[in-house]
Amino acid sequence: MRNGRSKLAVLAAIPLLAAACSSGEEESGSAASTDAELSASLTGAGASFPDPLFQDWIYSYSNDVQPGVDINYQSVGSGAGIEQFLEETVDFGSSEEYLGEEDLAVAAESRGCEAVQFPVVFGSVVIAFDNPELDGLVLDAQTIADIYSTEITTFDDPAIAELNPDMDLPSDEIVPVHRSDSSGTTAVFTHYLSTEVESWADEYGEGKELDWASGLVGGQQNDGVAQGISQNPGGMGYLNQSFAQEAGLSVATIVNEDGNPIEPTLDATIAASEEADVPDNFQFAIDDIGGEGYPIAGTNWIFTYTCGYEDATADAIIDFWTWALTDEGAQSVAGELGYAPLGDELTDRVIAELEKTNSENGGGEGDTEEGAEDDSAEGDDAEAGTEEDAEAEEGSDQE
Amino acid sequence: MSTQAPEAPAPEEPRRSSLRSGKGRMADPIFKWVVAACGTIVLVILALMVIRTTTEAWPVFAKEGFFGFLTGEDWTSGSSRTEITGTYGAWPFIYGTLVTATIAIVIALPLAIMVAFYITHLAPRRLAKPLSYTVELLAAVPSVIFGLWGLHWFLPNVLRPFFEFLGNTFGWFFLFEGPIRGVGYLPAGIVLAIMILPIMTAIIREVIVVHPIDQRMAAYALGSTRWEVLRKVVLPASFSGIVAAAMLGLGRALGETIAVLMLIGGSQSWGSSLFSTGSSMASHIAATFGEAGPEARTALMAIGVALFLVTMIVNILARVIVWRLGRMTGDAAV
Repeated sequence: MRNGRSKLAVLAAIPLLAAACSSGEEESGSAASTDAELSASLTGAGASFPDPLFQDWIYSYSNDVQPGVDINYQSVGSGAGIEQFLEETVDFGSSEEYLGEEDLAVAAESRGCEAVQFPVVFGSVVIAFDNPELDGLVLDAQTIADIYSTEITTFDDPAIAELNPDMDLPSDEIVPVHRSDSSGTTAVFTHYLSTEVESWADEYGEGKELDWASGLVGGQQNDGVAQGISQNPGGMGYLNQSFAQEAGLSVATIVNEDGNPIEPTLDATIAASEEADVPDNFQFAIDDIGGEGYPIAGTNWIFTYTCGYEDATADAIIDFWTWALTDEGAQSVAGELGYAPLGDELTDRVIAELEKTNSENGGGEGDTEEGAEDDSAEGDDAEAGTEEDAEAEEGSDQE
Repeated sequence: MSTQAPEAPAPEEPRRSSLRSGKGRMADPIFKWVVAACGTIVLVILALMVIRTTTEAWPVFAKEGFFGFLTGEDWTSGSSRTEITGTYGAWPFIYGTLVTATIAIVIALPLAIMVAFYITHLAPRRLAKPLSYTVELLAAVPSVIFGLWGLHWFLPNVLRPFFEFLGNTFGWFFLFEGPIRGVGYLPAGIVLAIMILPIMTAIIREVIVVHPIDQRMAAYALGSTRWEVLRKVVLPASFSGIVAAAMLGLGRALGETIAVLMLIGGSQSWGSSLFSTGSSMASHIAATFGEAGPEARTALMAIGVALFLVTMIVNILARVIVWRLGRMTGDAAV
């Protein structure tokens, strides 16, 4: 344990070391890194929105950084991610919404210690079109809300023309497309509209699924929305930035709180996340974004517990997320896939929070060896966690 | 001694003793028990499922009332952990299920009868075999493939032009009014029809093929056309089998999830036009289950109970129809 922790500090302080490890097996064979070789098998479940990124991270990490760590992330959806985390069937949960007080209370009661949550990545939601002429069309929250409540029905509506004085707008009928499945993307999009437009909040509100106005088209997953956009002339829909980027769709420029029209770029998403006011409990939403920030952005959180893990498991959790948040390669992969990494200051705060994982497991330091060797006891681990720490210890002694 | 005795009884002795041995006597009861257990296990599984889902869904029924839940048109999920805060009315989903299944059966049943009749009676021998294999192969295609194919190719290239024609020509009729957006009840129902076609064709073919040839020959000898033979000789005799096929197809259409989910357009409201977007019960469960919190999950369980109920009612209705028609035509009920 002690070895593991000090090693972690080194990893956190010098991301280059991790990069060096990832560059080849040979170099990682030094005395220092054999000490810290972790062996564990982790399971995580939750949001599907960061899944492509998580899978990439997991692949690189367990191939190049810690071959002894096996991570299995299942993108079962945010809601299921929270449930499985609270039922302690997974080592870490992931969601596009933070745990509220009620969830945290349930977690503390069942596990016998607090849960920690921290953001790991941001993503923007873009408004996409199939018509390439519409690339860069300027919209603000009010016009988007009017389009989705079918008050604006054509692209040459005066409200849109006013925002786009230089554009030759087609007179096509707008066909707004939404996600038909319950989705964090919908939650981010409708949260933005509800915060910015009062009439939208009154009539439709926000949520992962909504009772949309009639005449709209629903699409299953991002792909269904993309099909809805491209099969209807005048189709328009909201999508994850990463998906729209891959599908090569035209995207709208959105007017933010300061009145600046912002293109949905990676930099604009990072700027938005820096504009956001993140409290110490990490329960926040990216609202009222001004400056250079793109205004429709969501966050992905990871949840862990402060007790009840095998030491090896806890070390692996902390090491993996520290690596993902600080390693340059890992962060640039995030950028390539259209996800915005955390800013420097936020990263430090998140790592401080992350290291609270298993910190309440008092006395766990004693039998490090045993815990470290014993990585097959995943299932028992979760069960032991529901009891007091002392009993949890006993449980691992018996193994 | 040694030559007398063994002659006759010796070969018989072991046979008798094996019949009377403990093993021999036990085999029959054991077989009976195993078969009985297999028979009842289906009932046990069904009962467990019904009890479990109903118990889980109970808070929703308690709040909305059973008929309130079935007929309510507003569906707003709450996110509470302990109580029911949202409004749950499943009518739009029940309607979506019934409409898509009806479209599917209306298209698939005549088609399946025609295909089966063609394969068994009209097609040249070297075409009949490959054709029937191909139809059965269609049954092995996973439904997600039907959904993807329907959404990416069939809908934009075939159905959409057809819908536009329907909309332009019969737009005055309430079933075909309103804007055409691609996805909706009609494309979901049409793809469902293709999906249930193989199983219905296979059963109907088996039923028709055992139809006694002398009856048909007699009808032809009386100067009947092929249509008359099919309509007046083959179909009445095969009636119960055809209904069984239709019920199996209907069962699949009512419960089909992923292909419907991709094609129905996933809205929480309902419209009388077949071009409207909506949701079926199964597709709504699949679409929202992953992201559902405890309260929403309870409500989805309630949809599950409703789906079970609707399926049961449809089955009972079908049986009643068969029974009544069977009495009229003198055919044994299914």
